Amino acid sequence: MITETFPAISRVFHWLMAVLILAMLFIGIGMVASLTDYHWLVSIHKPLGILILILTAIRLINRQLNPPPPLPADLPAPIRAAAIGSHLLLYGLMFAVPLVGWAMLSAGAYPVSLFGAFVLPPIAPHDPTLYAALRTTHTVLALLFFAVILAHIGAALLHGLVFRDGVFHSMPRCTE
Amino acid sequence: MVESSNPEPTARQDGSRYALSNLFRTSMLPRLALIGVVLLALAGAFAATAGWLSPQRLTPEKIVARFEEYNGVHPGFRRNHAKGVCVSGVFESSGEGAAISRASLFRPDASVPVFGRFALAGGNPFMADSPAAVRSLALNFALPDRELWRTGMNDIPVFPVKDAQGFYDFLAATRPDPKTGKPDPAKMEAFLKAHPEAPAALKLITGRQMAEGFADATYNSLNAFEFVDAHGTETPVRWSVMPVDPPKPDAAPEEGENYLFDALAGELESAPLRWRLVATVGEPGDSTSDPTIPWPDGRRKVTLGTLTLDRVEDEEHGPCRDVTFDPLILPDGIASSDDQILSARSAAYAVSFREREGETKEPSAVEIANPGSDAK
Ligand code: HEM
Ligand code: HEM
Repeated sequence: MITETFPAISRVFHWLMAVLILAMLFIGIGMVASLTDYHWLVSIHKPLGILILILTAIRLINRQLNPPPPLPADLPAPIRAAAIGSHLLLYGLMFAVPLVGWAMLSAGAYPVSLFGAFVLPPIAPHDPTLYAALRTTHTVLALLFFAVILAHIGAALLHGLVFRDGVFHSMPRCTE
Repeated sequence: MVESSNPEPTARQDGSRYALSNLFRTSMLPRLALIGVVLLALAGAFAATAGWLSPQRLTPEKIVARFEEYNGVHPGFRRNHAKGVCVSGVFESSGEGAAISRASLFRPDASVPVFGRFALAGGNPFMADSPAAVRSLALNFALPDRELWRTGMNDIPVFPVKDAQGFYDFLAATRPDPKTGKPDPAKMEAFLKAHPEAPAALKLITGRQMAEGFADATYNSLNAFEFVDAHGTETPVRWSVMPVDPPKPDAAPEEGENYLFDALAGELESAPLRWRLVATVGEPGDSTSDPTIPWPDGRRKVTLGTLTLDRVEDEEHGPCRDVTFDPLILPDGIASSDDQILSARSAAYAVSFREREGETKEPSAVEIANPGSDAK
């Protein structure tokens, strides 16, 4: 049982990014199956993805400054390991998916244009094989991301509805 | 939702609440079911967004699959406009476009490096050149500050259909019947009925003045775009690349599978070829959404600048193979119009590009011997 909650700033990050990332997953999976909506969806997908990359970096710094509450002391080791592991995976994917998106466009010699005349520099060499590999990696990691998010939501609800150990309530509200 | 201030009074801090026996108590089943419903709803919404629940929907992948079905899969090659060569040179702005577009390459005295690709429409990279083959020119303008403009143009006056479904059906209707070697007239008739914009467009296309070669052809964007000026005002345009003093087509007979490409390479090796890039300005009432409808004669033409091409390389050695000429790779100052084909092209080119970039490449049918070439 824990009573401590996440710092308010961490909760803001959590919910803002939860909305952005879920939106990105839906935009991404929807746009590649779409003809008419492909272009405008891609044009929000790219800047939003880079925004997530930036927010992730700031969020990790914030995590150092404002550490999260400890997990319940009596949480069994396997669940504890799953919790820590899945959180690591989530952070890893928050970096990896947008970085791979950026790198794949670089390798495919696409301009990584975000808005107006602003184009990011390439972060990978122009290389067909690399493009193909990164393009597939972007899809695979994004699907893994969605799966881990589902597991995360399932686990949070288990804590809230079944274990009732205070873990669920350490996050919900966006403000104090 | 359950109140946090209301943990079970009996709960002990010994980890027993995490035991499986606690999880699967009868009283917990509705809660577990609720969790299951939430997760299923999210996963279901994701699947629906991905189109996994509507397999009949036309997708970019299906369009590319149709090219492959009809032309065979030729690993490493573009799924359409498969046979081509790379060219490069420079674009020099006239400054005249600056009034309607803020794109930096239209400023007076702007000059940007260009590479491009001449190709034949069709998904077979080994098709024989022929007088009626539709010719294309795709260009990549490298603007300062990493901006790019890519455009793919054809030498026909209008596009045969007004949307992606139309193009998908057009591919089926024009596919030669394996038995007769000719398209099935019944299928063509059904297609023309289903796509009422197509008959008039096809009449313009088959009745066009055909160029002799690549060098004397005019290449048209077909789709409309919007030029955006410094104040954000949009001007609808279609653009064309028109030959300046094209070389006299030599009297040589049309011989060999690659006679069009061979002639082009010969011309480029003897002297640079020059084109004018011309924007036709649409007026209110001119359709921007439907590329089957020509704009009336007499529309204002703005000569944006001169394109000089002076180098030809085959796909293996040139810069044009491992890029896609996605028509919506646009610099600031040029924007998409309401023509739905543009977004569909963008999506389909990405699928074709993704597939071919992962495949082992074979040499193109058109090979250029480049003496002393310093190509990569
Ligand atoms: C958290 C960040 C991101 C998420 C969750 C995400 C997710 C996705 C998903 C689910 C797809 C569809 C994959 C498929 O089914 O094939 C996709 C495609 C794509 N993503 Fe991302 N993405 C992210 C960041 C980025 C970034 C930063 C860029 C580039 C700057 C980018 C560029 C693209 C492009 C261009 C496509 C479509 C490519 C094509 O049509 O071939 N993504 N993304
Ligand atoms: C729904 C309509 C269309 C579809 C589905 C379609 C499909 C394709 C595909 C799959 C490619 C190969 C792309 C690659 O692998 O990089 C391609 C190339 C090309 N398309 Fe289209 N296309 C359409 C309409 C048009 C129109 C309206 C034009 C012209 C003005 C056009 C001009 C070209 C050109 C010039 C190329 C070759 C570019 C190059 O040399 O790399 N297409 N098309």
